[in-house]
Amino acid sequence: MNSTGIAHRFSPRMLVVFFGVLLAALTLSTLAISPAHADEINTDKYDYVLTGNAQFDGEPLDGVLITVTGGGYEAEVKTGVDGKWKIGVPEKGTYKVILDEETLPEGVVVTKGGAELTAEFGLTKVKSVNFFLGEGVRTTVPFFDQFLSQFVNGLNFGLLLALAAIGLSLIFGTTGLSNFAHSEMITFGALMTLAFSGLGLPIWLAIILAIVLSGALGWGLDATIWKPLRRKGVGLVQLMIVSIGLSLAMRYTYQYFIGGSTSQLPGAGQADLKFGAVRISPIDLASMGISIVVLLAVSYFLLRTRLGKATRAVSDNPSLASASGIDVDGVIRIVWIVGGALAGLSGVLWAYFRPGVSWDMGFQILLLVFAAVTLGGLGTAFGALIGSIIVGLFVELSTLWIPSDMKYVGALVVLILVLLLRPQGILGRKERIG
Amino acid sequence: MIDWGAIFSNAAVELISPTTAAYALAALGLAVHFGYTGLLNFGQAGFMALGAYGYAISILTFGFPVWGAVLVGIGASVVFALILGIPTLRLRADYLAIVTIAAAEIVRLLFTTNSFASVTGSANGLSGYKLGFAALNPIPEGTYGFGPFENNAYDWWLRIVAWSVVVLVALFIWQVMRSPWGRVIKGIREDEDAVRALGKNVYAYKMQSLILGGVFGTMAGMIFALPRAVVPSNYQTSLTFFIYAILLLGGAATILGPIIGSMIFWVLLSFFSGFIARAVEAGWLPFMTNVQAGQLRFILVGVAIMLIVIFRPQGIFGNKKELAFVH
Repeated sequence: MNSTGIAHRFSPRMLVVFFGVLLAALTLSTLAISPAHADEINTDKYDYVLTGNAQFDGEPLDGVLITVTGGGYEAEVKTGVDGKWKIGVPEKGTYKVILDEETLPEGVVVTKGGAELTAEFGLTKVKSVNFFLGEGVRTTVPFFDQFLSQFVNGLNFGLLLALAAIGLSLIFGTTGLSNFAHSEMITFGALMTLAFSGLGLPIWLAIILAIVLSGALGWGLDATIWKPLRRKGVGLVQLMIVSIGLSLAMRYTYQYFIGGSTSQLPGAGQADLKFGAVRISPIDLASMGISIVVLLAVSYFLLRTRLGKATRAVSDNPSLASASGIDVDGVIRIVWIVGGALAGLSGVLWAYFRPGVSWDMGFQILLLVFAAVTLGGLGTAFGALIGSIIVGLFVELSTLWIPSDMKYVGALVVLILVLLLRPQGILGRKERIG
Repeated sequence: MIDWGAIFSNAAVELISPTTAAYALAALGLAVHFGYTGLLNFGQAGFMALGAYGYAISILTFGFPVWGAVLVGIGASVVFALILGIPTLRLRADYLAIVTIAAAEIVRLLFTTNSFASVTGSANGLSGYKLGFAALNPIPEGTYGFGPFENNAYDWWLRIVAWSVVVLVALFIWQVMRSPWGRVIKGIREDEDAVRALGKNVYAYKMQSLILGGVFGTMAGMIFALPRAVVPSNYQTSLTFFIYAILLLGGAATILGPIIGSMIFWVLLSFFSGFIARAVEAGWLPFMTNVQAGQLRFILVGVAIMLIVIFRPQGIFGNKKELAFVH
């Protein structure tokens, strides 16, 4: 990733401001409800605590980012002004403790043992983990190599976004619905894969079953909610708000059943293969391959089959399509099934890309999917494909210049800029936007 | 046994709590946008975040007085409304929806990122900006009130200011919607082209409405920040959806709707969570944990939004003829 240039440091002036704020916070904290401790997390929630102290030459280092992962649990914390950090963990297990070298001051690196340590609890409930920090220069990866590997990452991300975006765009094109519950259809695919693989089924079978069920979910949602509402003649804005309510209800139903933790699908986190400068895991390769094959199949369906042509006709002008003898309701049903299955597959691939399955994973990319669809032109399937790849590339490549916790900001800003310059999107037609 | 007294009194506290006032004010802003003008603003959480952060940062980083901090927040939201409105107000309604939701997320991510942690406090947020507001309190020290409405001087001061702002804003919207300006705004909701044909600059009117409602959202954000700390995770998209739930419950194109809607929403929500939590403790619901009981209320809000929009789109106080849904 980006090892040069943008490392986060405190300049002396920023430090003064920081301490000023801190001092103000301390003196005023009689009124504050919960004074936030920057250097402790979940220590009051869990009994087991990992702790450490980031020091260099006897000087404490603050703002160093420490991440703990293990057993589906993940937490991160920044060291306090005294250089100390504490992270509570749910059980007595083995955890990976990672120090983000980007957050170390310039000229300081982890000298021995690496920036990633494994911690195991002994007899006590507190385990201290310390990194060996010393003087040194971080080895930097040449810019072009970083660019290339982020490009491949972005392509992978864009392709998986495209799977969800095409479904969303087809549904919008045929029914006019901006489906905010699409994110929950994405999550559904990943959740079902997790459930089936948890039952002991091989992963390929689990994924296929999950996609079939996702298609069924799409059909079910259309049959129980959207079709009756269309019959009732409910307005488009109303439908959109209904989809928001549905999204909220489904999302928290997922959380009700699986809780707030992140679980990994089998095979996630495999070692990278090297192709020249590009490091890529077998899972990523498979993910890109599957996306491309499925996208080609969808294109073939839309361009060459009778049903696909009917779908495009309905998307173009529903009443005309209906008058030409096309079964509009049938087409919409197919679109929901295909859209659900594509969203489910996209969810599985997203679970491997993040990596991890969590209750709100779909919602995390919903806006990017919407951005992709809008970029390409609302309601055009191939526009959604192009828009997704642009968004995917943009999100991953932007981390070369901006901090990675702001990578989604770039994509959303581009969305607003495109609407300013070419509101109909890349492939959209002007009359759609009026 | 279930302690019904505690459940009822906790629910009654919400009736006049500053949070209820903040949601009512944000919903009033949304009523201007959505109910009266027909603008689909899904970024009210962004306006609220700008208010809360504008206020807190002005005081903590720049040492502004209270009135200066309020003005900074309002100024930020006017700029935000202009940025949102210029590209989207000429486009179809759903474009504004997507752009506002995206812009609110941008705002939240910018406040969350570690890059500006020295000013924004990143994910931990900000606290300790209440001294100036507390110093303006004319009420002498002590506790006042009775039963669930017993509070100390600071809490009463906060409640009085919060609800006064709500009442003033409600009166203002009531007057302004009866004025010629308000009639044009409502005309835009009903038939934009007809209003344009009458020679009105629809774009400018929509922009004014966006700014006005946004400023109310910003003031709501400040009130929302006063009883707690400013934490970026409070300003997620779900916040906007909750405010929509309140607005739709009360009635989108009404003055009383957002206020009563917010009271009903919070009292019911508090009652419901209190009841479920205690029912779980008492062992009435053996299949549910306490954490799950907390999530149940979000599920319920989602279902409630769907049912209201489908079966009573005009809300409690609304008039079926005055719906922003017709297009």
